[in-house]
Amino acid sequence: MAYIKVEEHLPGITGLLEYRKDSAEPIRDLTQFLLRGPNSLTEGERELIATVVSHHNACTFCTSAHTAAADLLLGESTTAACVKADIETAPVSEKMKALLTIARQTQQSGKAVTTESIARAKNAGATDVEIHDTVLIAALFCLYNRYVDGLSTFTPTDPGFYKGLADRIVHHGYTRLPNGYDHLKK
Amino acid sequence: MAHIKVPEGVPGIRSLVMFRPETGKPLYELAQILLRDESPLSPAERELIATHVSSRNECMFCMSSHAAAARELLGDQKEVVDCVIKDVNTAPVSPKMKALLNIAGKVQVNGKQVKPEDIEEARQHGAHDRDIHDTVLIAATFSLFNRYVDGLASFTPTDPKAYEEMGKRMSSMGYVLPQPA
Repeated sequence: MAYIKVEEHLPGITGLLEYRKDSAEPIRDLTQFLLRGPNSLTEGERELIATVVSHHNACTFCTSAHTAAADLLLGESTTAACVKADIETAPVSEKMKALLTIARQTQQSGKAVTTESIARAKNAGATDVEIHDTVLIAALFCLYNRYVDGLSTFTPTDPGFYKGLADRIVHHGYTRLPNGYDHLKK
Repeated sequence: MAHIKVPEGVPGIRSLVMFRPETGKPLYELAQILLRDESPLSPAERELIATHVSSRNECMFCMSSHAAAARELLGDQKEVVDCVIKDVNTAPVSPKMKALLNIAGKVQVNGKQVKPEDIEEARQHGAHDRDIHDTVLIAATFSLFNRYVDGLASFTPTDPKAYEEMGKRMSSMGYVLPQPA
């Protein structure tokens, strides 16, 4: 059970974003722009960044949700599984390997990002905006992972739940559903 | 020098939000809502949480600027800020704030570090759901800000006077998105 009283039919982050809606709005707006806004990184690539960071923060809810979203966007489940296991041997471009390494370093600490990993990303063709967005997506998921686990929210174990969630964040996005979430009550 | 081409001479987070105002706007809104808008915790108490997390993340820019804002807000009790940075356990803050700062310190490490007994301790000293929620979200938000500021190696002034001025601005005006030069 969560440490604070959230609506029982809303596991993980959703219950928290409904608990305090005024702080939820900029968090949702930021996520919508970073993961779904116009960008030279694909939505699938950006979900891989979210997945790797959540995985290394050991946040089961966020890792499951963003793995499912990446799988849906990429149309296969090998890539997300591989980047979680080992970035260097994963079937992604050299640029993505460099960006995922920056994300992984950001997850550990901002100070862990090295000039070498930045140079590697630039050599592989990464732009300043791509590097910026990679660091900010990684930092944002350090927020989400801590928010979700720090308040001990409910983590469903049914893979079907995450498929449903992925469908929503891929086809609707990260903004609040116009009519809220009461339709999810059983 | 920063890892990406941000406006020169502009410190920390300000240079980053000027580089990308589309993400800067919600980030500043979040800071304003969490640190200044309605909460059972005072703005000074919330700045102490921000300072504590930034100090533990060794983010000099965030720690120095939020410490300066907390000093401004605390007035003649400003020495509390340095005590919190040095050691929360011996700092002259209420038992409730001590328990909340302990929770924030655990969130800084990893969300899973927060245990039921930490929450129980805070509740015994008068913390309700909103105090606990806001503490965890502020700590999580500074886990973002600290990584953003240091991960892109943004400019960190070393002159304490620069932070005094930031603290004055943050305490009087709050978090207002800087306009592109």
